[in-house]
Amino acid sequence: MAEINNEYLLQKLKSQFGSDILSHEETYGMLSIILSKDKNLELLTWLYNDSELKFQFLTDVCGIHYPDNKDNELGVVYHLHSLVNNIRLRVKCFMPVSNPSIQSATSIYSSANWQERETFDFYGIIFEGHPNLKRIINVDEMDYFPMRKEYPLEDGTRTDKDDKYFGR
Amino acid sequence: MSSTIEIVESPAGIEGPGFFATSLDKVIGLARANSLWPLPFATSCCGIEFMGTMASNYDLGRFGAERLSFSPRQADLLMVMGTISKKMGPVLKQVYTQMAEPRWVLAVGACATSGGIFDTYSVLQGIDKVIPVDVYVPGCPPRPEQIIDGLIKIQELVKNERLNRRNSEEYKKLLGSYGIE
Repeated sequence: MAEINNEYLLQKLKSQFGSDILSHEETYGMLSIILSKDKNLELLTWLYNDSELKFQFLTDVCGIHYPDNKDNELGVVYHLHSLVNNIRLRVKCFMPVSNPSIQSATSIYSSANWQERETFDFYGIIFEGHPNLKRIINVDEMDYFPMRKEYPLEDGTRTDKDDKYFGR
Repeated sequence: MSSTIEIVESPAGIEGPGFFATSLDKVIGLARANSLWPLPFATSCCGIEFMGTMASNYDLGRFGAERLSFSPRQADLLMVMGTISKKMGPVLKQVYTQMAEPRWVLAVGACATSGGIFDTYSVLQGIDKVIPVDVYVPGCPPRPEQIIDGLIKIQELVKNERLNRRNSEEYKKLLGSYGIE
C-alpha cells in the first residue's frame, strides 16, 4: 500500500466533494481545507468510513471568530488524525454570526460531545443534533460568549486597578 | 537534653493563693487563638507555599494550628490559597456556610485577595466578593513567613474578639451583605 500524502489526500477529497472544498492550503506539512458548512457531517462520515483513509480519531474541535470576515465571522475547526496512515487533516467551516449553526459530529465521534459544548460555551455556535448542548466550563449564569471579539477580556468587577496605569 | 517547651502567658488578672481571676473573654480568646483548626482551601501555587508552611521547616504547628481540618464543620479558620474561578465561588461560599461559628477567613496571595494577574471574565476578583475576609496576605505567591504572619494576625483577632460579637446586629448585617442568613 502506497503511503498516503497530502497531495493524494487532497485529490481524493476533491474528487468526492468537488466545489464544496472552497480552498485549501498546506502549512507546516499539514493540509487544511475550507469546506462549505452544510457538508461538514457528510465529509467527516466519509473520511471516517473510507476503507483507505480511516480518519477515525478526532484530535480537536474548536471555534474561531473573525469579526471583519463579513458573513463568515464564526468558524469551527476540526483536527482529524488517521492513526493507521499517520496523517493529519484540518477542516474549517465558516458561518455568519447571525445564524451560527452547524451539524454536530457527535454521531460519528463521541469525543466531539464535550468539545462541541466547549465551542458553544465560548463562541455560541449551535451544533444541530448535539444530545446535550449546554455550557461546560463557564458558569451557567453567564449570558454571553466570552471568546467573541466584541467582549473585553478583563472582568468588569475589578476594583483595585487604576485606569491610568492599566490602560483601561 | 534541654527542653525549650514554652506555654503562652496567662492574661492579665488578679492572682492570689489558690485563685486566679480574669475575664472569660480573655481566657476563651487565649484558648481559641492557640488551637485554631485551619481548613486549607488550596487551589494553586499558594497552596504549595502552604504545604511548605505546614511542613517541618516552617511548622505552622508551633502556633497551635497543627491539626488541619478537612471537614468545614470542625474548622475554625478557612485559609483560601489560590485563584478562585467564578464557577468555584458558590463552592467556596458553601464551604464557608458549613463552618460553625466562630469562624475566620484568611485570604492568602494576590489571587484570593483581588484576582491577582487574572483580570479576566472567568476569575472571581477577590474572594471578598462572596465571603467576608478577616486577614489578607499579599504576595504572588507569598513566602511561608508571610503566611505565618497572616496567621499570627488572625490569632490577634481571635484573642481580642468580644464573646458576643457573633450575635451582634453588626455581624448579622455583615453576613447579610453577602447573602448568608
